[in-house]
Amino acid sequence: MSIVNTHNLPDDLRAIQLETEAHARAYGLDFYDTIFEVLDYDELSEIAAFGGFPNRYPHWRFGMEYQQLSKGYRYGLQKIYEMVINNDPCYAYLLRCNQLVDQKLVMAHVYGHNDFFKNNVWFSQTNRKMMDETANHGNRIRSYMDRFGEDVVESFIDSCLSLENLIDIYSPFIKRRDEIDRYDFVGDGEPDQGNPSKFQSKDYMDAFVNPPAVLKAEAKKRESERDKERSKPASIPERPERDVLLFLLEHAPLKAWQHDVLAIVREEAYYFAPQGQTKIMNEGWASFWHSTIMTQKTMSPSELVDYADHHSGTMAVQPGRLNPYKLGIELLRDIEERWNKGQFGPEWEECDDYDARRRWNKELGLGRQKIFEVRKVHNDVTFIDTFLSVDFCRRYRLFSFRHNDQSDLYEIESREFKKIKERLLFNLTNFGQPIIRVKDGNHRNRGEMYLEHEHFGVDLRIDHAQDTLRHLHRLWTRPVHLETSVDGRSTLLSFDGTDHTIRPLGGSSHESEHKDRRRA
Amino acid sequence: MVRKIDRDANRFKQIVRGKIKSDLRKYITHGELIGRTGGEFVSIPLPQIEIPEFRYGSKNRGGVGQGPGDVGTPIGRAGDGEPGPGAGDSPGEHILEVELTMDDLAQILGEELALPNIEPKGRANIIEEKDRYTGIRQTGPESLRHFKRTYKKALKRQIASNSYDPREPLVIPIREDKLYRSWNPIALPRFNAAIFYLMDVSGSMTDDQKEIVRAEAFWIDAWLKSQYDGVTTRYIIHDAVAREVDEHTFYHTRESGGTRISSAYNLANKIIDEEHPPIDWNIYLFHFSDGDNWGEDNRHCVSLLRDQLLPKCNLFCYGQVESPYGSGEFYRELEEAFEDQENMALSEIRNKEGIYDSIKEFLGRGR
Repeated sequence: MSIVNTHNLPDDLRAIQLETEAHARAYGLDFYDTIFEVLDYDELSEIAAFGGFPNRYPHWRFGMEYQQLSKGYRYGLQKIYEMVINNDPCYAYLLRCNQLVDQKLVMAHVYGHNDFFKNNVWFSQTNRKMMDETANHGNRIRSYMDRFGEDVVESFIDSCLSLENLIDIYSPFIKRRDEIDRYDFVGDGEPDQGNPSKFQSKDYMDAFVNPPAVLKAEAKKRESERDKERSKPASIPERPERDVLLFLLEHAPLKAWQHDVLAIVREEAYYFAPQGQTKIMNEGWASFWHSTIMTQKTMSPSELVDYADHHSGTMAVQPGRLNPYKLGIELLRDIEERWNKGQFGPEWEECDDYDARRRWNKELGLGRQKIFEVRKVHNDVTFIDTFLSVDFCRRYRLFSFRHNDQSDLYEIESREFKKIKERLLFNLTNFGQPIIRVKDGNHRNRGEMYLEHEHFGVDLRIDHAQDTLRHLHRLWTRPVHLETSVDGRSTLLSFDGTDHTIRPLGGSSHESEHKDRRRA
Repeated sequence: MVRKIDRDANRFKQIVRGKIKSDLRKYITHGELIGRTGGEFVSIPLPQIEIPEFRYGSKNRGGVGQGPGDVGTPIGRAGDGEPGPGAGDSPGEHILEVELTMDDLAQILGEELALPNIEPKGRANIIEEKDRYTGIRQTGPESLRHFKRTYKKALKRQIASNSYDPREPLVIPIREDKLYRSWNPIALPRFNAAIFYLMDVSGSMTDDQKEIVRAEAFWIDAWLKSQYDGVTTRYIIHDAVAREVDEHTFYHTRESGGTRISSAYNLANKIIDEEHPPIDWNIYLFHFSDGDNWGEDNRHCVSLLRDQLLPKCNLFCYGQVESPYGSGEFYRELEEAFEDQENMALSEIRNKEGIYDSIKEFLGRGR
């Protein structure tokens, strides 16, 4: 049985927690201990502004966030219902002034999230003691501020945050290369002492087992190999590196405190990444469970209307938008139904008969099992890729839209399944952010950094990209370049510390070299 | 108790006010807080700073939505927040949107922009009678029965007639005990305002500029309506000639041809004289244009303003929206002619983000 923490949790809420937790467990959810804290809106806004962690490092953007949240609440524009933190134990915050039915709903929702955090594989590498870790980060950064000055440290954090999205979200799962140790100098011009290809032998047999002529030839061969190795210009990085922050940590000329600050920003970026990667699933899963637990177990009849009102409030779809809660819960329900009725596999896929498909029911009852499996292995990209179906798109009237350059409006583009799926997957890939790699850390053999943007048909925002290069330059200190594509032309954006330049790459571009100089 | 967030919040405020870290100032944007009033979304001025990062531009951008609509139906403007998923990625934060009334909006606006309340013109009083429930009567409808007084009177009677038993304190009023609230007429001064919107609809004003005017007029309306008991709005459009129109036409007319601003001033002056005598009305004139006027007309405008309009109105505001075609000379012309004019406010509105500064310029004088 779990320890119920009584952090200022009133008795009535504690009773609801125990009840909800028991139901959640009975349904097969598997979660960390949950600590509910009841907060006033001001306190909740503060914690929400800090991204859920009461002890974050000092930075103005949390203040901005706070202002927006608390003002939005004061003016009656918006209200945060709840917050859950991926941590062991899991922390969740309740709003004191919520009605009891809301607290019930929120608690059930929280257990859904908690189960997802614990079991979804994309969260498996996250730090489960992040509560403590962020507090440590806060202390470290505060001490740097004391020593080096508030403005200096905060500005450096601004620069790091500007690059925050340049991480390799799959790297926690794939070891692409060995870690580079800055202090590992072995093999750097040191003469080779031993002779590894020499067989072990007794003294009197040595000349026979290891003939001197063979040894000599071998030594010569290795020597020439080493020469070749040495004469070849080492490319840094060996392969294009998507974890730009890691590359900077390893190679940028940073002071010790800067190195640490960058490492902190990177660590927190990796911690938050899976939440962005599984937004639809995570919210869908939590909503699935709050609706299941509420409607089947904990709700009392008198709460029905309020529950329905608030549930539909979260599920509401603004015209033309996509609500991740709604998409997630409906897809999960769809999967459950399909696997209950056996609507999957080659037989189902090949069936063209509308009537047969409509009546299809093999009564397999595999739905629950299937959605538990889904919550374990999928992220949003694979989830949509695997389970979004033509029927589903039609039933929920999904459409794809695109930007019309002439009118500067977004317009409905298509209701074709293929197009919808394509758009959706594009927006989910790398959280809808561009993929950028370090191609060369010693560009033109002058220690300049060369980044490469993998272009999928959507251009970067140039003004932002240039400002980001400026921040990158602060860390790298040598000129920085970004290869991207603008209007279908390969283009190089550069910043050398004072000037921005934009010039087309390749072809006969030299004559038509167009420079857009912007004074720093 | 000092909270941790206060440090960050103060720092943010200082950045916005430009006290520290001026390099961040260019990333400050407005209007992230979205409210809704009667089906229409309005954004409420709230400074935000965007840290630049590598991200996609709006070109070729798209996403997936849900709902009805045929192919080609516009569903939103680029820049009005990112459509589709991926916007807020904090976990488990439910955010709810709530309806606002116009009064709420005005109050929020006033608070955000620190607008002073308007002191209505003293001479412009219309005395109006209003009923206030301040009196007491012996007769009346039961719904207006004054419970406390009735109870007291009944209690007094029962004690006097010795029919009150403290152990069983039952008080039953009879017909004579019952007292009712009644009203007294009270004379209240009523302040009326007439708002004139004048807009240049010549060929050089594009839809973007009209959008700015519309947003600005929306906020001005909201604020003035919160300040006056009665507000009448009049719309005048002009190119080389002016005419009065209704609100819809005001925003949807597109004329071509030249610009003679004095035509609009003349018309406004005529309407004021005929229908809104300044003695009874607080008059507001808001003129929006891209600043392109026929050269010889400028002098005429200045004299019209000086001799006719300015003495009659509480406030004359000229908002110049930047257009790709306009020369913007009219602004300079007014600036020169009316340097220290108390009841004239000028502002140049470069883009949507300039709206709030401009409103502050217009209404920040408390007139």
